[in-house]
Amino acid sequence: MFIINCPFCGEREQSEFKAGGEAHIERPKQPTELSDDEWAEYLFMRKNIKGIQFERWNHMHGCRKWFNMARDTSNDEIKAIYKIGEKPPIK
Amino acid sequence: MSKNLRVKSSKFVDETYRVSFKFNGSRYYGYKGDTLASALLANNIHLVGRSFKYHRPRGIMTSGSEEPNAIVQLHNNSDRTEPNVRATEVEIYEGLEASSQNCWPSVNFDIGGINNLLSPLLPAGFYYKTFMWPASFWEKYEYFIRKSAGLGKSPTTPDPDIYEHEYIHCDVLIVGAGISGIMAAKTAAKNGLKTILVDEKPNLGGSTVYQSSEHFKINNQNSGSWLEKEINEIKKIDNLDIRIRTSVAAFHGYNFLLARENLTDHLPIEQRKNKTRQKLLKIRAKKVITATGSLERPLIFDNNDRPGILLSSAIKRYADLFGVACGEKNIFLTNNDSAYETAISLIQKGIKVEAIVDNREEIESKLLYEIEKNNVKVFKGFTIVNTHGYKKINKVSLMKLSKDGQKVIGSKIDLSCDCLGVSGGWTPAVHLFTQSGGKLKFREEDQVFIPSKYSSDQISIGACNGDLALEDIIKNTPKYLKEFLNIKKTDYDNVEIFSSENKSKRNIWLLPSDKILGKTKSFVDYQNDATAKDIKLALREGFRSIEHVKRYTTTGMGTDQGKLGNMHALGIISETAGTKMGEHGTTTFRPPYTPLTFGTIVGRNVGEYFDIFRKTPMHEWHLKNKAEFENVGQWKRAWYYPKNNENMFEAVQRESRAARESAGILDASTLGKIDIQGTDASEFLNRVYTNAWSKLNVGKCRYGLMLNEDGMVYDDGVTTRLAENHYIMTTTTGGAANVLGKLEDYLQTEWPELDVYLTSVTDHFATISVCGPNSKKIISNVIPDLDLTDENFPHMSFKNAKIGKINCRVMRISFTGEHSYEINIQANYANSVWEKCMDEGKDFNITPYGTETMHLLRAEKGFIIVGQDTDATMTPIDLQMDWIVGKKKYDFIGKRSLYRSDTIKDDRKQLVGLLTDNPNEILEEGAQIVADINKSPIEMLGHVTSSYYSPNLKKSIALGVVRGGKNMMGKKLIIPMENKTINVTVADPVFLDKENKRLNA
Ligand SMILES: [Zn+2]
Repeated sequence: MFIINCPFCGEREQSEFKAGGEAHIERPKQPTELSDDEWAEYLFMRKNIKGIQFERWNHMHGCRKWFNMARDTSNDEIKAIYKIGEKPPIK
Repeated sequence: MSKNLRVKSSKFVDETYRVSFKFNGSRYYGYKGDTLASALLANNIHLVGRSFKYHRPRGIMTSGSEEPNAIVQLHNNSDRTEPNVRATEVEIYEGLEASSQNCWPSVNFDIGGINNLLSPLLPAGFYYKTFMWPASFWEKYEYFIRKSAGLGKSPTTPDPDIYEHEYIHCDVLIVGAGISGIMAAKTAAKNGLKTILVDEKPNLGGSTVYQSSEHFKINNQNSGSWLEKEINEIKKIDNLDIRIRTSVAAFHGYNFLLARENLTDHLPIEQRKNKTRQKLLKIRAKKVITATGSLERPLIFDNNDRPGILLSSAIKRYADLFGVACGEKNIFLTNNDSAYETAISLIQKGIKVEAIVDNREEIESKLLYEIEKNNVKVFKGFTIVNTHGYKKINKVSLMKLSKDGQKVIGSKIDLSCDCLGVSGGWTPAVHLFTQSGGKLKFREEDQVFIPSKYSSDQISIGACNGDLALEDIIKNTPKYLKEFLNIKKTDYDNVEIFSSENKSKRNIWLLPSDKILGKTKSFVDYQNDATAKDIKLALREGFRSIEHVKRYTTTGMGTDQGKLGNMHALGIISETAGTKMGEHGTTTFRPPYTPLTFGTIVGRNVGEYFDIFRKTPMHEWHLKNKAEFENVGQWKRAWYYPKNNENMFEAVQRESRAARESAGILDASTLGKIDIQGTDASEFLNRVYTNAWSKLNVGKCRYGLMLNEDGMVYDDGVTTRLAENHYIMTTTTGGAANVLGKLEDYLQTEWPELDVYLTSVTDHFATISVCGPNSKKIISNVIPDLDLTDENFPHMSFKNAKIGKINCRVMRISFTGEHSYEINIQANYANSVWEKCMDEGKDFNITPYGTETMHLLRAEKGFIIVGQDTDATMTPIDLQMDWIVGKKKYDFIGKRSLYRSDTIKDDRKQLVGLLTDNPNEILEEGAQIVADINKSPIEMLGHVTSSYYSPNLKKSIALGVVRGGKNMMGKKLIIPMENKTINVTVADPVFLDKENKRLNA
């Protein structure tokens, strides 16, 4: 179980949080303009990499805020936590 | 037959306190401080069980939690019975009753023993290969396999004991209170750190504390006495919390560990009342020091599993700690110095040692000189090729090893004995380290895996880190501690150590035999009866990865997780495949390190505390009125209210008729309620619902359907515009939390520019729904000031009102198709308003109805229930709800997916009504729907999602999803059931009042 440093509340147990999948996938502004393939790309395609993965997390049983996390999936080390709308502080 | 093998008094058992216990029905005596194993051995009992596959007689092999054989059932046929308990861990108490497992009918005469004779027919993978075909026979095979195998019996009555969970936060957690753990605990605690020391045994000090040999000295005292003083000192430290009988089960990431603390298992049963039996400790440690020591390795040779064959270290522990001799004529087989330590210990206590068979050719050891001084014959460069004696060892056969150790040469020598101690060197106990995600490396010189890369702020010290000799522990531990704890000095920086041990070892994973391998039974995994032959067979059949070999041969898959034999399995694989150790992987040690009881895992979360449940403000009223309840999410909802011995069907029929004929009342408080405010609230609703919201006037209500981005229906409910920038949304009962989460997600991450605020008010408001042709009359008495005319208060509108001084929101909305009102009221007033409705409704036979009647009434109207009539594959078009999709809207969640090539297909499963040819036949929800039962295989078209007998239509009605159902109106379909087939006709899903006349009646 991770200890997650919520940018709004501080360090809390992982059980207070919910993972929300890959980060930095913007919802298309004009979905109706997209082909089936382009829409499917947004809808279904997600990375599952060994290494540093950028993901969304929600402090569900706390402040209910969403934020981003850079996590090394090979050892679960949390490399960075940053707010929605911010650029990842690491590569 | 019962001999007393208690040879010497020991300060660790209390000989003034005699304890009687039963084993397999016979009474025996031991002393306080004994384990079941030591007490049995003192009574000269070795045979304690049968092996799993061949049912070979097996005896006590170890003295700790790694025990593979001595697995017993405690207190058979009582509510406290417990299977798979290691006799080596059970502390005896007055009244203890234990019995052997894996034997039927008894340990001395076991029918399954015939498997031993059949063993050439039972190779690795036998069960997989043989019993899998024909598949239909599996049930028959299984009965016999289970009866003659069996892994103990689980209790059949509720567990009478109490269990608890405890959360602990600390600076340093030390796992294992052997010599290195004690040194670490003292050092950490004395430096002001909040420290916890846990050990699975009832006493501290590991295997050093009973070390009284002149060959091992620390600061000129024998090592046991030195350590005892250290232990007495640490017991006085305030910021050190010591937990004995506490076994760490799991070491998770971020230094989160689970441990089981045993509090009463060592007490007589009558003393356990009202006490917590076991605690699950949930420990979050800033730093973890693993000091779990090492496990002695057995050696792999023919018939190495007979009762009377023990690890050499176990024999030493039984002699030194418990004062028990495991045999009167002892022989040792070893490849290192450890067996000599044991032999010396036995000789000092007057126990006879016949011989030591040492794989090593040349031995440079002070211990060897002492042994030879005592006239014990040492066979250098020899090995044991076979053992004899069915229920107890009585003879061993030895032969000389060839130079390369791959063959035996010369002639066979037979020696009689009643106990054989084996020592194959030591394996660092890296189980917890690997659980935590640590990576191992292989140390060639003594063939061990040791920690190499840590995954968190932790270290391993002492034997589990590869410091197997006492002098290395004393030398290295202070160094590691200083660096890890970032301190300048420890109390142990200048400790003097004297040791006679020689570290040489001759490691041979599979000892050679004079027989061919196929004729030997050299056990690698004792509990699962996996032999060296099985592992080689698996390799011949093409298995390479250790994880595959493990599953195929079942090596390491017992309750002991192969703590003894896993290294040999790896060794034999690498030798056979000609690869380096570890190249095929090491097996993963998974939690728990030793088995946990279910009680410990669930703690206090049993019975009514299993899960929290939510009650509406009218819950007590429902109870008083004999409601049956249904769980919806965490809510307890009134399901139906049986009267005069009605069954569920009868109650629901009565309630349904009353609601349509006069008046019904429903507690709808569990519906999710989200308060939505902000200048962009209308725009927000436009984006999250499929239909248009901007033109909804203040004071009006609208039904909305919410989709996922993939176009599938997610939730539904009525939303009311309370004011220009203020809405109240209702969601399904089960979906409330998820809907709020989803809306927050879009607001925070996709549309942060919108000025919208969401607040859950589910618990703040209760909802009372009154429906039926007389509902208007009832509400006019409950709220006399409210003008209920259709002109002032039409269907799908809302009014603020007062009931006495209490403010409430009244919506004229309907889920039943009847003229209907929903009163939303502050939760703490709700019960009084409910009772007022009941009072005012008395003359109209107002009838409380539960969720089942609600479901029936809405089914008559063809209204869907999200989650019952839909799953995550239904679009609004599939539901024939095209009318709710705002085609002119530019965008909403899921819109684009509604015209993906897959979602526009005609032959998707679509919602239809189903009418049975026999109007009294009620379909089963979930039943499959087909068109042609003669086709093979039968094509499944869909299934029934809702089904009821409608008392208002006097016939059975059902909803279902059918492939291409939209175009099947009037078509005959078939529902095949177990004993019959039911004929149905596809119908309009709206069965009653298609013109909605009743809404305004
Ligand atoms: Zn937070």
